[in-house]
Amino acid sequence: MIPAPFDYRRPGSVAEALELLASPGAALLAGGHSLLPLMKLRVVSPDVLVDVGALAELRYVRLDGDTVEIGALTRFCDLVVDPVIREHAPLLARAASSVGDRQVRHRGTIGGSLAHADPAADVPAAVLACGGVVMVHGPDGARRVHTRDFFLGRCRTALGLGEMIVSVRVPRQTHWGFEKFTRRALEWALVGVAVAGESVVLINMGDRPVRAGVTEAALRQGASIEQAAGLAAWNTDPVDEPHASAGFRQHLARVLTRRALQRAAGRVPGGLS
Amino acid sequence: MKVTIEVNGTVTSHDVEDRTLLVHYLRDTLGLTATNVGCDTSACGACTVLLDGESVKSCTILAAQASGHMVVTLEGLAGSELHPVQRAFRERHGSQCGFCTPGMIMAVVSLLRDNPKPDRDEIRLALKGNLCRCTGYQNIVDAVEAAGS
Repeated sequence: MIPAPFDYRRPGSVAEALELLASPGAALLAGGHSLLPLMKLRVVSPDVLVDVGALAELRYVRLDGDTVEIGALTRFCDLVVDPVIREHAPLLARAASSVGDRQVRHRGTIGGSLAHADPAADVPAAVLACGGVVMVHGPDGARRVHTRDFFLGRCRTALGLGEMIVSVRVPRQTHWGFEKFTRRALEWALVGVAVAGESVVLINMGDRPVRAGVTEAALRQGASIEQAAGLAAWNTDPVDEPHASAGFRQHLARVLTRRALQRAAGRVPGGLS
Repeated sequence: MKVTIEVNGTVTSHDVEDRTLLVHYLRDTLGLTATNVGCDTSACGACTVLLDGESVKSCTILAAQASGHMVVTLEGLAGSELHPVQRAFRERHGSQCGFCTPGMIMAVVSLLRDNPKPDRDEIRLALKGNLCRCTGYQNIVDAVEAAGS
Protein backbone atom coordinates (compact mmCIF):
# COMPACT_ATOMS: atom_id res chain seq x y z
CA MET A 1 0.00 0.00 0.00
CA ILE A 2 1.48 3.27 -1.14
CA PRO A 3 0.11 6.73 -0.36
CA ALA A 4 -1.21 8.97 -3.12
CA PRO A 5 1.41 11.43 -4.41
CA PHE A 6 2.19 14.52 -2.34
CA ASP A 7 4.89 17.15 -1.96
CA TYR A 8 7.14 16.45 1.03
CA ARG A 9 8.41 19.54 2.84
CA ARG A 10 10.67 19.72 5.87
CA PRO A 11 10.49 23.16 7.55
CA GLY A 12 13.37 24.39 9.71
CA SER A 13 11.24 26.14 12.33
CA VAL A 14 7.71 26.41 13.70
CA ALA A 15 7.26 29.70 11.82
CA GLU A 16 8.23 28.05 8.55
CA ALA A 17 5.95 25.08 9.32
CA LEU A 18 2.99 27.44 9.84
CA GLU A 19 3.70 29.13 6.48
CA LEU A 20 3.73 25.75 4.73
CA LEU A 21 0.61 24.62 6.59
CA ALA A 22 -1.26 27.58 5.10
CA SER A 23 -1.06 26.07 1.62
CA PRO A 24 -4.20 24.26 0.41
CA GLY A 25 -4.31 20.54 1.16
CA ALA A 26 -1.39 20.68 3.59
CA ALA A 27 -1.14 18.26 6.52
CA LEU A 28 1.29 18.12 9.41
CA LEU A 29 3.49 15.04 9.82
CA ALA A 30 5.14 14.30 13.19
CA GLY A 31 6.01 10.66 13.92
CA GLY A 32 3.59 9.59 11.20
CA HIS A 33 2.12 6.63 13.06
CA SER A 34 -1.45 7.88 12.80
CA LEU A 35 -1.27 9.82 9.54
CA LEU A 36 0.82 7.51 7.33
CA PRO A 37 -1.38 4.42 7.88
CA LEU A 38 -4.42 6.52 6.89
CA MET A 39 -2.56 7.81 3.82
CA LYS A 40 -1.56 4.28 2.83
CA LEU A 41 -5.23 3.27 3.02
CA ARG A 42 -6.05 6.46 1.01
CA VAL A 43 -8.48 7.52 3.72
CA VAL A 44 -6.69 10.86 3.55
CA SER A 45 -4.53 12.18 0.72
CA PRO A 46 -2.87 15.49 1.57
CA ASP A 47 -1.28 17.45 -1.29
CA VAL A 48 1.55 18.74 0.87
CA LEU A 49 3.09 16.92 3.81
CA VAL A 50 4.80 19.27 6.27
CA ASP A 51 7.24 17.11 8.25
CA VAL A 52 8.04 18.75 11.57
CA GLY A 53 9.58 15.53 12.91
CA ALA A 54 13.09 17.00 12.90
CA LEU A 55 12.24 20.21 14.82
CA ALA A 56 14.29 19.79 18.00
CA GLU A 57 12.67 22.94 19.46
CA LEU A 58 9.47 20.91 19.96
CA ARG A 59 11.07 18.00 21.78
CA TYR A 60 11.54 18.73 25.49
CA VAL A 61 10.12 18.12 28.95
CA ARG A 62 10.50 20.73 31.67
CA LEU A 63 9.05 21.58 35.04
CA ASP A 64 7.64 25.11 35.28
CA GLY A 65 6.52 25.63 38.89
CA ASP A 66 3.66 23.18 39.43
CA THR A 67 3.23 22.53 35.72
CA VAL A 68 4.99 20.03 33.48
CA GLU A 69 5.45 21.35 29.95
CA ILE A 70 5.96 18.79 27.22
CA GLY A 71 7.02 19.66 23.68
CA ALA A 72 4.62 18.34 21.04
CA LEU A 73 7.25 16.13 19.44
CA THR A 74 8.13 14.33 22.65
CA ARG A 75 7.83 10.67 21.75
CA PHE A 76 6.06 7.97 23.77
CA CYS A 77 9.41 6.29 24.47
CA ASP A 78 10.70 9.63 25.84
CA LEU A 79 7.66 10.00 28.14
CA VAL A 80 8.24 6.50 29.52
CA VAL A 81 11.80 7.19 30.71
CA ASP A 82 11.86 10.95 31.32
CA PRO A 83 12.67 11.60 35.01
CA VAL A 84 10.49 14.75 35.23
CA ILE A 85 7.50 12.90 33.75
CA ARG A 86 8.02 9.88 35.99
CA GLU A 87 8.17 12.02 39.11
CA HIS A 88 5.60 14.74 38.38
CA ALA A 89 3.24 13.24 35.78
CA PRO A 90 3.62 9.47 36.24
CA LEU A 91 0.21 8.76 34.67
CA LEU A 92 1.60 9.99 31.34
CA ALA A 93 4.62 7.68 31.63
CA ARG A 94 2.32 4.75 32.35
CA ALA A 95 -0.13 5.56 29.55
CA ALA A 96 2.70 6.10 27.06
CA SER A 97 4.24 2.75 27.99
CA SER A 98 1.02 1.00 26.98
CA VAL A 99 0.85 2.50 23.48
CA GLY A 100 1.37 0.01 20.62
CA ASP A 101 4.80 -1.61 20.83
CA ARG A 102 8.43 -0.52 21.18
CA GLN A 103 8.74 0.32 17.50
CA VAL A 104 5.61 2.48 17.57
CA ARG A 105 6.73 4.22 20.77
CA HIS A 106 10.04 5.09 19.10
CA ARG A 107 8.11 7.18 16.55
CA GLY A 108 4.72 8.26 17.96
CA THR A 109 4.50 11.67 19.64
CA ILE A 110 2.26 13.22 22.29
CA GLY A 111 1.28 16.04 19.93
CA GLY A 112 0.45 13.68 17.11
CA SER A 113 -1.67 11.50 19.38
CA LEU A 114 -3.66 14.49 20.66
CA ALA A 115 -4.15 15.92 17.16
CA HIS A 116 -5.31 12.54 15.82
CA ALA A 117 -7.76 12.22 18.74
CA ASP A 118 -8.66 8.57 18.41
CA PRO A 119 -11.16 7.78 21.20
CA ALA A 120 -9.36 4.47 21.79
CA ALA A 121 -5.96 6.13 22.31
CA ASP A 122 -4.27 5.96 25.73
CA VAL A 123 -2.35 9.22 25.94
CA PRO A 124 -5.14 11.72 25.08
CA ALA A 125 -7.26 10.25 27.89
CA ALA A 126 -4.33 10.52 30.31
CA VAL A 127 -3.69 14.16 29.35
CA LEU A 128 -7.40 14.94 29.84
CA ALA A 129 -7.38 13.20 33.23
CA CYS A 130 -4.42 15.37 34.25
CA GLY A 131 -6.33 18.51 33.25
CA GLY A 132 -3.84 19.24 30.48
CA VAL A 133 -3.83 22.35 28.33
CA VAL A 134 -2.90 22.19 24.65
CA MET A 135 -0.72 25.05 23.42
CA VAL A 136 -1.55 25.85 19.81
CA HIS A 137 0.14 28.07 17.23
CA GLY A 138 -1.60 29.16 14.06
CA PRO A 139 -2.03 31.90 11.49
CA ASP A 140 -3.70 34.11 14.13
CA GLY A 141 -0.99 33.61 16.72
CA ALA A 142 -0.88 31.45 19.82
CA ARG A 143 -3.77 30.19 21.93
CA ARG A 144 -4.32 27.64 24.66
CA VAL A 145 -7.12 25.07 24.64
CA HIS A 146 -8.00 23.07 27.73
CA THR A 147 -8.27 19.37 26.92
CA ARG A 148 -11.91 19.36 28.14
CA ASP A 149 -12.67 21.62 25.13
CA PHE A 150 -10.16 20.07 22.76
CA PHE A 151 -11.75 16.74 21.76
CA LEU A 152 -14.87 17.31 19.64
CA GLY A 153 -15.55 13.81 18.34
CA ARG A 154 -13.98 10.77 16.71
CA CYS A 155 -10.66 12.07 15.35
CA ARG A 156 -12.02 15.64 15.54
CA THR A 157 -10.42 18.37 17.62
CA ALA A 158 -10.62 22.11 18.22
CA LEU A 159 -7.55 22.61 16.01
CA GLY A 160 -8.40 25.07 13.25
CA LEU A 161 -7.12 25.24 9.70
CA GLY A 162 -3.40 25.93 9.63
CA GLU A 163 -2.97 25.40 13.37
CA MET A 164 -0.49 23.07 15.06
CA ILE A 165 0.14 21.86 18.60
CA VAL A 166 3.46 23.10 19.96
CA SER A 167 3.28 21.79 23.52
CA VAL A 168 1.10 20.36 26.27
CA ARG A 169 1.01 21.68 29.83
CA VAL A 170 -0.20 19.41 32.62
CA PRO A 171 -0.48 20.25 36.33
CA ARG A 172 1.71 18.08 38.59
CA GLN A 173 -0.27 15.06 39.71
CA THR A 174 1.16 12.08 41.50
CA HIS A 175 -2.01 10.14 42.43
CA TRP A 176 -2.76 8.07 39.41
CA GLY A 177 -4.22 4.83 38.14
CA PHE A 178 -4.32 3.37 34.66
CA GLU A 179 -6.04 0.26 33.36
CA LYS A 180 -6.44 -1.02 29.84
CA PHE A 181 -8.16 -4.12 28.53
CA THR A 182 -7.15 -5.53 25.14
CA ARG A 183 -8.05 -8.76 23.38
CA ARG A 184 -4.47 -9.22 22.18
CA ALA A 185 -1.32 -7.57 23.49
CA LEU A 186 -0.72 -5.32 20.50
CA GLU A 187 -4.23 -3.94 20.17
CA TRP A 188 -5.86 -0.67 21.06
CA ALA A 189 -7.88 -0.54 24.26
CA LEU A 190 -11.22 -2.30 24.12
CA VAL A 191 -11.82 -0.12 27.17
CA GLY A 192 -9.37 1.77 29.33
CA VAL A 193 -9.41 4.10 32.33
CA ALA A 194 -7.03 6.89 33.30
CA VAL A 195 -7.24 8.35 36.81
CA ALA A 196 -5.35 11.44 37.98
CA GLY A 197 -6.25 12.82 41.39
CA GLU A 198 -10.05 13.27 41.40
CA SER A 199 -10.43 12.93 37.66
CA VAL A 200 -11.57 9.72 35.95
CA VAL A 201 -11.42 9.43 32.15
CA LEU A 202 -12.69 6.49 30.09
CA ILE A 203 -10.93 5.30 26.94
CA ASN A 204 -13.00 4.02 23.99
CA MET A 205 -16.37 4.47 25.73
CA GLY A 206 -17.63 7.12 23.31
CA ASP A 207 -16.54 9.20 20.33
CA ARG A 208 -13.83 10.90 22.38
CA PRO A 209 -12.07 10.43 25.74
CA VAL A 210 -14.92 10.91 28.25
CA ARG A 211 -14.97 11.94 31.90
CA ALA A 212 -16.81 9.49 34.16
CA GLY A 213 -18.65 12.44 35.69
CA VAL A 214 -21.07 10.46 37.85
CA THR A 215 -18.21 8.48 39.38
CA GLU A 216 -16.29 11.69 40.07
CA ALA A 217 -19.34 13.27 41.73
CA ALA A 218 -19.99 10.17 43.84
CA LEU A 219 -16.39 10.21 45.08
CA ARG A 220 -16.69 13.90 45.98
CA GLN A 221 -19.78 13.08 48.00
CA GLY A 222 -17.96 10.40 49.96
CA ALA A 223 -19.00 7.23 48.13
CA SER A 224 -16.64 4.28 48.41
CA ILE A 225 -14.43 3.40 45.47
CA GLU A 226 -16.55 0.30 44.84
CA GLN A 227 -19.80 2.31 44.83
CA ALA A 228 -18.38 5.08 42.66
CA ALA A 229 -16.80 2.68 40.17
CA GLY A 230 -20.18 0.96 39.79
CA LEU A 231 -21.45 4.21 38.24
CA ALA A 232 -18.61 4.57 35.73
CA ALA A 233 -20.60 3.49 32.68
CA TRP A 234 -23.45 6.00 33.21
CA ASN A 235 -24.14 8.11 30.11
CA THR A 236 -21.57 6.22 28.02
CA ASP A 237 -22.21 5.13 24.46
CA PRO A 238 -19.59 2.54 23.55
CA VAL A 239 -19.45 0.80 20.18
CA ASP A 240 -21.49 -2.41 20.01
CA GLU A 241 -19.60 -5.11 18.10
CA PRO A 242 -19.92 -8.89 17.81
CA HIS A 243 -16.64 -9.47 19.67
CA ALA A 244 -17.39 -6.88 22.37
CA SER A 245 -20.96 -5.78 23.01
CA ALA A 246 -21.73 -2.37 24.46
CA GLY A 247 -22.86 -4.10 27.66
CA PHE A 248 -19.55 -5.96 27.96
CA ARG A 249 -17.64 -2.72 27.49
CA GLN A 250 -19.73 -1.03 30.17
CA HIS A 251 -18.96 -3.93 32.50
CA LEU A 252 -15.26 -3.48 31.72
CA ALA A 253 -15.51 0.25 32.40
CA ARG A 254 -16.87 -0.41 35.89
CA VAL A 255 -14.27 -3.06 36.74
CA LEU A 256 -11.31 -1.13 35.31
CA THR A 257 -12.43 2.08 37.02
CA ARG A 258 -12.49 0.28 40.36
CA ARG A 259 -8.99 -1.07 39.80
CA ALA A 260 -7.63 2.29 38.62
CA LEU A 261 -9.16 4.11 41.61
CA GLN A 262 -7.76 1.52 44.01
CA ARG A 263 -4.34 2.01 42.42
CA ALA A 264 -4.65 5.80 42.70
CA ALA A 265 -5.63 5.47 46.36
CA GLY A 266 -2.56 3.32 47.02
CA ARG A 267 -4.75 0.37 48.02
CA VAL A 268 -3.12 -1.98 45.53
CA PRO A 269 0.56 -2.19 44.65
CA GLY A 270 1.88 -1.40 41.21
CA GLY A 271 4.08 1.49 40.23
CA LEU A 272 5.88 2.32 37.01
CA SER A 273 7.97 -0.51 35.63
CA MET B 1 13.21 14.28 -4.30
CA LYS B 2 16.75 13.38 -3.36
CA VAL B 3 17.19 11.42 -0.13
CA THR B 4 20.51 10.70 1.55
CA ILE B 5 20.50 7.92 4.11
CA GLU B 6 23.41 6.09 5.72
CA VAL B 7 22.47 2.43 5.38
CA ASN B 8 24.63 -0.22 7.05
CA GLY B 9 27.56 2.18 7.24
CA THR B 10 27.42 3.32 3.62
CA VAL B 11 25.99 6.68 2.58
CA THR B 12 23.34 6.15 -0.08
CA SER B 13 21.76 8.91 -2.11
CA HIS B 14 18.96 8.51 -4.64
CA ASP B 15 16.18 10.40 -6.37
CA VAL B 16 12.90 8.87 -5.25
CA GLU B 17 9.24 9.81 -5.26
CA ASP B 18 8.29 11.83 -2.18
CA ARG B 19 5.85 9.09 -1.17
CA THR B 20 8.45 6.30 -1.17
CA LEU B 21 8.31 4.27 2.04
CA LEU B 22 11.59 3.45 3.77
CA VAL B 23 11.01 -0.29 3.34
CA HIS B 24 10.65 0.14 -0.43
CA TYR B 25 13.75 2.32 -0.56
CA LEU B 26 15.69 -0.45 1.18
CA ARG B 27 14.27 -3.31 -0.87
CA ASP B 28 13.66 -1.83 -4.31
CA THR B 29 16.12 1.06 -4.59
CA LEU B 30 19.05 -0.50 -2.70
CA GLY B 31 18.23 -4.19 -3.28
CA LEU B 32 18.48 -5.00 0.44
CA THR B 33 15.74 -7.61 0.63
CA ALA B 34 16.26 -9.04 4.12
CA THR B 35 13.71 -6.53 5.42
CA ASN B 36 10.30 -8.01 4.64
CA VAL B 37 6.92 -6.43 4.05
CA GLY B 38 4.43 -8.42 6.08
CA CYS B 39 1.17 -6.76 7.05
CA ASP B 40 2.09 -3.32 5.66
CA THR B 41 0.02 -1.74 8.47
CA SER B 42 2.69 -1.35 11.21
CA ALA B 43 1.32 -4.33 13.15
CA CYS B 44 3.49 -7.37 12.31
CA GLY B 45 7.03 -6.05 12.66
CA ALA B 46 8.52 -7.97 9.70
CA CYS B 47 9.86 -4.66 8.34
CA THR B 48 11.66 -3.67 11.56
CA VAL B 49 15.00 -1.89 11.05
CA LEU B 50 17.11 0.36 13.26
CA LEU B 51 16.77 4.10 12.68
CA ASP B 52 19.51 5.96 14.57
CA GLY B 53 19.87 2.79 16.65
CA GLU B 54 16.18 2.43 17.58
CA SER B 55 13.80 -0.22 16.26
CA VAL B 56 11.14 1.17 13.90
CA LYS B 57 8.68 -0.23 11.38
CA SER B 58 9.99 0.79 7.98
CA CYS B 59 6.58 0.33 6.30
CA THR B 60 5.32 3.33 8.28
CA ILE B 61 8.20 5.73 7.68
CA LEU B 62 8.88 7.69 4.53
CA ALA B 63 12.35 7.42 3.02
CA ALA B 64 12.22 11.24 3.13
CA GLN B 65 11.78 11.18 6.93
CA ALA B 66 14.90 9.00 7.22
CA SER B 67 16.96 11.33 5.03
CA GLY B 68 19.96 12.58 6.97
CA HIS B 69 19.69 9.67 9.39
CA MET B 70 21.29 6.26 9.91
CA VAL B 71 19.59 2.96 9.13
CA VAL B 72 20.77 -0.56 9.93
CA THR B 73 19.10 -3.59 8.34
CA LEU B 74 19.73 -7.26 9.00
CA GLU B 75 22.38 -7.20 6.24
CA GLY B 76 24.38 -4.70 8.30
CA LEU B 77 24.53 -6.71 11.51
CA ALA B 78 27.14 -9.38 10.83
CA GLY B 79 30.82 -8.61 10.41
CA SER B 80 33.12 -11.51 9.63
CA GLU B 81 31.09 -13.46 12.17
CA LEU B 82 27.38 -13.59 12.90
CA HIS B 83 26.00 -11.00 15.33
CA PRO B 84 25.40 -12.60 18.78
CA VAL B 85 21.62 -12.29 18.29
CA GLN B 86 21.83 -14.02 14.91
CA ARG B 87 23.96 -16.76 16.44
CA ALA B 88 21.48 -17.25 19.29
CA PHE B 89 18.56 -17.50 16.85
CA ARG B 90 20.47 -20.14 14.86
CA GLU B 91 21.55 -22.15 17.90
CA ARG B 92 18.11 -22.08 19.56
CA HIS B 93 16.27 -22.57 16.29
CA GLY B 94 14.47 -19.25 16.74
CA SER B 95 12.82 -19.39 13.32
CA GLN B 96 10.55 -21.69 11.42
CA CYS B 97 9.62 -20.33 7.98
CA GLY B 98 11.98 -17.42 8.59
CA PHE B 99 9.82 -14.60 7.25
CA CYS B 100 9.54 -12.76 10.58
CA THR B 101 13.17 -13.46 11.53
CA PRO B 102 14.93 -10.36 10.12
CA GLY B 103 12.44 -8.01 11.80
CA MET B 104 12.47 -10.11 14.95
CA ILE B 105 16.29 -9.97 15.16
CA MET B 106 16.41 -6.19 14.62
CA ALA B 107 13.77 -5.71 17.32
CA VAL B 108 15.84 -7.87 19.68
CA VAL B 109 19.05 -5.95 18.95
CA SER B 110 17.22 -2.75 19.95
CA LEU B 111 15.72 -4.39 23.04
CA LEU B 112 19.06 -5.72 24.30
CA ARG B 113 20.59 -2.26 23.94
CA ASP B 114 17.99 -0.87 26.37
CA ASN B 115 17.72 -3.96 28.57
CA PRO B 116 20.75 -6.28 28.22
CA LYS B 117 19.31 -9.09 30.37
CA PRO B 118 15.53 -9.18 29.95
CA ASP B 119 13.54 -11.93 31.64
CA ARG B 120 11.08 -14.05 29.69
CA ASP B 121 8.08 -11.84 30.49
CA GLU B 122 9.99 -8.73 29.46
CA ILE B 123 11.04 -10.44 26.22
CA ARG B 124 7.47 -11.34 25.34
CA LEU B 125 6.21 -7.86 26.13
CA ALA B 126 9.02 -6.19 24.18
CA LEU B 127 8.35 -8.37 21.13
CA LYS B 128 4.58 -7.87 21.05
CA GLY B 129 5.02 -5.84 17.88
CA ASN B 130 6.65 -8.76 16.05
CA LEU B 131 4.34 -11.54 14.95
CA CYS B 132 5.49 -15.07 14.07
CA ARG B 133 2.63 -16.70 12.18
CA CYS B 134 4.31 -20.10 12.53
CA THR B 135 3.81 -19.30 16.24
CA GLY B 136 7.38 -20.34 17.01
CA TYR B 137 7.56 -18.05 20.00
CA GLN B 138 9.04 -20.47 22.56
CA ASN B 139 12.29 -20.84 20.66
CA ILE B 140 12.39 -17.13 19.87
CA VAL B 141 12.16 -16.30 23.58
CA ASP B 142 14.81 -18.97 24.26
CA ALA B 143 17.08 -17.33 21.68
CA VAL B 144 16.65 -13.84 23.13
CA GLU B 145 17.30 -15.15 26.62
CA ALA B 146 20.48 -16.86 25.39
CA ALA B 147 21.61 -13.75 23.49
CA GLY B 148 21.09 -11.64 26.60
CA SER B 149 23.18 -13.86 28.86
